[in-house]
Order: sequence, then structure tokens, then C-alpha cells
Amino acid sequence: MKQGILSQILDYSNRANPYPLYEELRRTPVFHDGEGPYVVSTYHEIHGLLHDPRLSSDTRNRGAAAGDPLAGQEEGEQQLPPSFLKLDPPEHDRLRRMTNRPFGPPHSPRRIDGMRGELGSIVKGLIDGLADGRSRSGEGDGNGIDLVDQFSYPFPVTVICRLLGVPREDEARFHVWADTLAASLDPDPDADAEQREKATSSARMELGMYLAGLIEERRKNPGDDMLSQLAAGHGQGETMSTMELLSTAALLLIAGHETTVNLITNGMLTLLRHPDVLERLRREPQLAVPLVEELLRYEPPVQLLPQRTPLCDIEVCGVTIPKGAPMWLVLAAGNRDPKRFENPDRFDPDRRDIQHLGLGSGIHSCFGAPLARLEAQLALSELARRLHNPRLLEDPPPYRQNAVLRGPRHLVVACDDIRP
Amino acid sequence: MPESELEALKRSGRIVVVGASLAGLRAAETLREKGFKGTLTMVGDEPYEPYDRPPLSKQVLLGMARAENTALPRRRAIEAEWRLGVPASGLDMAGRRVKLADGDEVPYDRLLIATGVRARPWPNEAEGELDGVFVLRTRADGAGLARRLEAGPRRVLVIGAGFTGSEIASACRERGLEVTVAERADAPLVGALGGVIGAVAAGMHREHGVDLRTGVMVTRLEGDAGGRVRAAHLSDGAVVECDVVVVCLGAQRNTEWLAGSGLGAGPRGIACDAGCRAFGITGIVTDDIYVAGDVARSPHPLFGYQFLSLEHWGNAVSQAETAAHNMLSNSAGRRPHIWVPAFWSSQFGVNVKSVGVPTMGTEIMITQGSLGERRFAGVYGYQGRIIGAVTFDNARWLDFYQRQIEATAPFPPEFTNVDRRPEGSRPVPAEFPDPSIPTHGPTVTLSGYSPADRRMTFTPAGN
Repeated sequence: MKQGILSQILDYSNRANPYPLYEELRRTPVFHDGEGPYVVSTYHEIHGLLHDPRLSSDTRNRGAAAGDPLAGQEEGEQQLPPSFLKLDPPEHDRLRRMTNRPFGPPHSPRRIDGMRGELGSIVKGLIDGLADGRSRSGEGDGNGIDLVDQFSYPFPVTVICRLLGVPREDEARFHVWADTLAASLDPDPDADAEQREKATSSARMELGMYLAGLIEERRKNPGDDMLSQLAAGHGQGETMSTMELLSTAALLLIAGHETTVNLITNGMLTLLRHPDVLERLRREPQLAVPLVEELLRYEPPVQLLPQRTPLCDIEVCGVTIPKGAPMWLVLAAGNRDPKRFENPDRFDPDRRDIQHLGLGSGIHSCFGAPLARLEAQLALSELARRLHNPRLLEDPPPYRQNAVLRGPRHLVVACDDIRP
Repeated sequence: MPESELEALKRSGRIVVVGASLAGLRAAETLREKGFKGTLTMVGDEPYEPYDRPPLSKQVLLGMARAENTALPRRRAIEAEWRLGVPASGLDMAGRRVKLADGDEVPYDRLLIATGVRARPWPNEAEGELDGVFVLRTRADGAGLARRLEAGPRRVLVIGAGFTGSEIASACRERGLEVTVAERADAPLVGALGGVIGAVAAGMHREHGVDLRTGVMVTRLEGDAGGRVRAAHLSDGAVVECDVVVVCLGAQRNTEWLAGSGLGAGPRGIACDAGCRAFGITGIVTDDIYVAGDVARSPHPLFGYQFLSLEHWGNAVSQAETAAHNMLSNSAGRRPHIWVPAFWSSQFGVNVKSVGVPTMGTEIMITQGSLGERRFAGVYGYQGRIIGAVTFDNARWLDFYQRQIEATAPFPPEFTNVDRRPEGSRPVPAEFPDPSIPTHGPTVTLSGYSPADRRMTFTPAGN
């Protein structure tokens, strides 16, 4: 019997290349397999729904989630209130607005760009580390470098720690929580659901307690980091409760983990598969800006959004999606919709018309986008400049289990030399 | 037109664009993009290369940008022959020539008119010439006003609280300047968005320390012995002492140069079909003269085929692209300009956006957020359908409302949605002023006849 297309997408064996499955999915713009989620996979429909106020991001509006293979991860969340990612206006707007004050314009227009130098030196340090590792092991043969463990994971984690004011030494502790929480988004068919819920719940609780301690300390000794500023509450008449603050801090800390790692790793993988573009990037580092946009279209780190719920019956492409039904918006499929993009399966950093869905759209569009973009631009252009004749030792590389936050678990590359 | 003729036009034809601003520039770029290799002449009355206007009432007045540095970015080289600083003075339709004020004549095979609008001046010429009295439309206006604000006037008077007037008042307050706004209607923005939204705008003015006077007219500007403005007299008898006056009474279309040419041009703009081809005064469409931008007036199927003149940035770009495309296309390849009107403004720290034609609306319903918080989305209803929408600090939802307008969705909207508050449970009158009473001039002008007013009966031959 032919396996249902949704289980094929979730099936780990299709992780390396889900795009043919997305192509099949797009033939039915609103796909519904009897009792599973309503799956939307075409660009214009997804874009429309991301701006549709009849759709809620608050999963408490979801009816009995019969047949939704991504359901179940909500149970452990009694410990902390939902982050603004999972709230609707006006609560969403209030929390996101307050969080944005120490982060971006208009109140902090230079925060991210001001980190450029710091990000550059973190990148430099990590690549220097790759070079040291090679010389210690007498490299030059085929042992290779794992770019995930040695570069694309530590980089964004170091950055988010600096930005928030979380001690980098504690990374080992919250790495475990981050992994557990990211995994909770993924329906691993082999995992015991009850066990997983328990793990998720306790990870959230432990993370919350850890952050509560940090925030308490920042209240006493404020620095110029975001946690201090959020804790101090730059009011304008609005304040976050302690629980809201914990929830927001947890969101910021976790969101930087699997997403930017995958953006950078998918980026290097794509470049290694397109050596001409890699060579161009080496010569023209400013190509990184359009290249990262194309990357967000071509290999988005968040493949689908599984958490929207209609507040009333809505019609999309002639299909009525009932109130309370689970929905998936498959961003990665929309990004390769031939009705929106010419030659969608071609990786083309010179593409001019590139309004991709890689960072979402509408009020929930990626909060960390300016940081993620800058991180990826710096990381990829520096890797391209410094790695001499880099090549993939395994293609496709092994992927993470997660179908939602999709990316390689390891990316082993060899190179002839690492330039200073 | 036979294919060969079109090919000849593309290869070695002569295209003249009158109006070297946003619409003119984007049209020129599109012409080159689409393979026009002939002679391209750009005629502009100002001595500058094309520049952007929205910053003139915002960043420039705040001192964040200089008026001289608002040149429009170029999408591509256009290899044009520039005739800048020389206004067009006439059009010879039969001889296919544009006459210039310096006596020169430029022949064309295709003409694009994008002469836009200019600020409506203060009606009393002598008072309007007092030192310290400004309008705000051009780069020179922006530079002059910015310099004067920089010098720290004791009080600025803004006459007219439409979008430009409100943005200027906002910039003045941000600079800490005392400002009085005099508006003939009962609230700011009322001509474009109606009284319900106007009341919100009035609150914004007052909360930011603007001395807002509504329901009054300025009857006289008074100068001192040195010819500098020193006070304004209002219709309610009040006198406002001020040393800068900005006249924001809307715009006039630059069509006078076409008088007597035989083109359907007048104070409401130049009538054209949905493909941007200008009408002659006979009501017959021309096939070599095209119109784009603020000066154009074209029928829109979504709004009852009414002829719309839009002073919108996005409309200028889109209409220019459509006109350029159609200039180089056969009849089957031409496409209509059916852009959904949209505009934005930024004032008192609030992002104001609108789609559709709110001025056609008779009712309004606040479907998201709340007027009191000044964060909301409202939809305008007209004869049972959604005709327009406005957002204050809520722009990310606007796409949805645009699609509702395009789909002629029913009004009032009855669906459940996020952030719907009690005030969004029923529609209220939108409170547009009686159109027969002039205000500062709304952003959208509706005119012309709907097809329902003039019916045609088709009788096939042989009956």
C-alpha cells in the first residue's frame, strides 16, 4: 500500500530531499487526508493565510486534534505561559513589542548591526579553531571537519548567549533542554509519546527555573544585555509579568538554536553543491546578502508551521477548512512553487524577485530575522574565504530527526588548507 | 499595429516622457527593460534628476536626511536624453511634437505624460509670497522649510490637516517646535478616512501637543514691515502669531500646458483608459499618447469603473510600468492597470496605511484592535461589500483586507478573527464630509459616471 504523503514527509528516510514530496503535495494546494491536518503547500495560499486574522496561533483554539501527527506537544506547558510565538493579538503584540524594545528599531536601531564586529571575531575564533584542530591532528588527509559541531552550532549559541547575557559556560545545561524542546516539535514515530511529554515538560520547567535565577541576578546587577533590559522593563506603561518574562526569555534562547544552525549548515551544503557560487562568494563577499535570501527560499530552516488554527470555517482554494482544525503551512513547499518563482528548484543567488516564506510573514514573521541574516552572511562569506578547496565527504549528509526544523546533523568537509 | 512596425519602434523609434519624477523614471526604466533601443527623451521642469517625495515631509523635516539627497535609486541605466529645468509648454497631437518652454520642439512616436501635480498655493498671491510662507511639494520646498525649522521658529502654522499637513505637524512636534494646525473640517484626515478615524487622528495631534483648531479657515495671513509673515487670522476671529506658515491645501494637476491640444485633460487630470492610453476631448482613445502617475485619471473595474486619480507612490510606479509595457505591445499584449489603491503615512509615531477606496465607504467597522489604543484595523463598507480598509500600527494584516476588497467580500464582515473587540461587533457611519463642501482635498478623487448611469444597447447587424 502506498504510504500517505504526510507520513512520507515525516519519514526520516526522506529527510535529505523532501522536495519531490512537496511537489506532489502542491498538486493539491489544500491537502486533507480524511482526519489529519489540512496541509497548505502553495505560495499564494500560505502567504494569504499568514496575513489572515481568522487564523489563530494559539493552539488552545484547536479542537480535538484527531490525526495530527504533530499534536501532543502542548501538554507540558502548564509550567510556563505560552510565548508570544503561540499567542494572538493583543497579547502577542504587547509581548513582542516589549521584547523588541531592547532588540530592534525604533528603540534600539543599532543593536544588531552594532554586534557586527563581535560576530566577526566569534566567527574568526571558530575558524581559527578549525585550523588548529587540523594542525594538531596532522590533517590534510580525509578525516575532515564536522562543520555542525565545530562551527554552525557553537556560533549562534555563543551569539544568543552574548545578546541575552546568559553565561556561555552554562551552555551544556541548556543545550540538553534546547534539544528536548526542539525534538518536541517533531513526531518521532518510535518515541513513547507520554515519555516525551514528560521530558518536554520537565525541560521547560528546568529552563524556566534556570532563567528565573539569571533574571533575579540581572535585576540586582544589570548589564547592557537584553535580559537585564527586559527585566528592568522599559515600560511606556506596559509591563511583563515574571512568568511572561521567563517564557519570552526561553523563547529567545531556544529559537536561536536549531534555526540559525540549520540556516548556516544548509547554506554550506548548498554552496558545496554549487562550487561556482562558492567561488564567487569568496571573491565577492557582498554576494552573501542576496545569497542568504535565496538560501532562505531554497532550503529554509523552518520547513513548515504546524500551529495555525482557524477560528471559523474558512475557504481556501475551494476547500472549507473547519473551525478548530489543525493546519500545516508548508513554507518550504511554497518557496518552490513554480506559480510564484521562475525555475524554483534552481539555486540562484542573483534572483531578483525573492519574497520567500523562509522567515514566515505577517505578525509572527521571524523575530530574530535581522540577527539570523547577519549571522548567516558573516558565517558563509568567511567560510568561503578561508576554507581552501573545501569539499563534501558525505553527500547527502546525515540529517537530524526533525522534519520541521530540518538540517544536517553533521556536515563533514575536507579542505586543502585554511587561509589566515 | 503590424509586428514589423512595433519592431521598428523598439529598434529606432522616438519616445518622449514628459515628467521626470517617480512615474517618468520608472516608465523609462521599464521601456529599456522591455527592449526599447530607440531615442528616449526625458523632459522635466525641475533642474534635478528624479527624486523621491515621501521623505520631504518626514525625514527631511526631522533633519535626518537632506532634501538634496533624496534622489530615486535607479533600477537600471536608461540612456536618456535629459531636458531638465525646461517645462513642456504645449502638445501638437497631429504633428506628434511636444513643445518646450524654451521654444524647442521634440518629436515623438510615443508620448508618456507623467507631469504629476503641484501644491495648491495660498489663494491670496501677495500673502502667499510673504517670507516664511511655504508649500511642500518639491525638493526646493523641502530644503527651504527644513532650513527654517532648523532655525527654531517660535510657532509654525500648518493650514490643512490632510496627510501632508499632519506629517509636518508631527515633525515639528518631534523637533520640539510649537505648532498650530488649522483645519476646515471637523478633524484631521477626515477627507481621506472619514470622521471616525479623524477623531483618532485629532487625539494624536492633541496628545503630542499640537494646537489643533478644527472647523475653522484661515482668512488672512499678515506680514510685518519687512515682508515676513507674523500672524494668521482665523474665521472664528482668533489670531495665531507665527513665523512659519505651511500651506497644505492639497494639489493641482499639471495639465495647463495641454490646453487646446485636443487631449482630454483638465483640472481633474488626464482621462485615460485602463491601459493608460489618453482620451482625446472627443472621447476617442489615442494610440500613441499614454499617461501615468498622479496626473492620470483612469477607470477602475473594482470601483464601479469610476475614474480614479490617485496621488499614491505605489500607483505611480505600477501605472508607469503598465504604460511602458503597453507602449511597446500589440493590442492583444496590452494589460490593464488595475492596481488596488494603497497608501501609507507616518505621523506622531504611528504607521497609518490604507487600501482600497475608503472615501467610497459609507460605514466603517473596527475589525481588529481598538480605536482607543490607536492600534486597529478598520474596514469600510459600501452597498454591502468591503470597499476599503485602514490600519493604524497594524499593517501586517492589510494584505488580508486587500484580498477581501478584491474579492468584493460582504460588509459587514461576520467572521470570527483574532483581536476582535466589542467595538468591532457592528458597523458605524464612516462620517465622510459632504463632498460638496471643499476640504483640504482628499487623497483619492472620485469622479465620472458609473456604467449604470449610461447604458448602451447592442443591436447586432441584420436585425
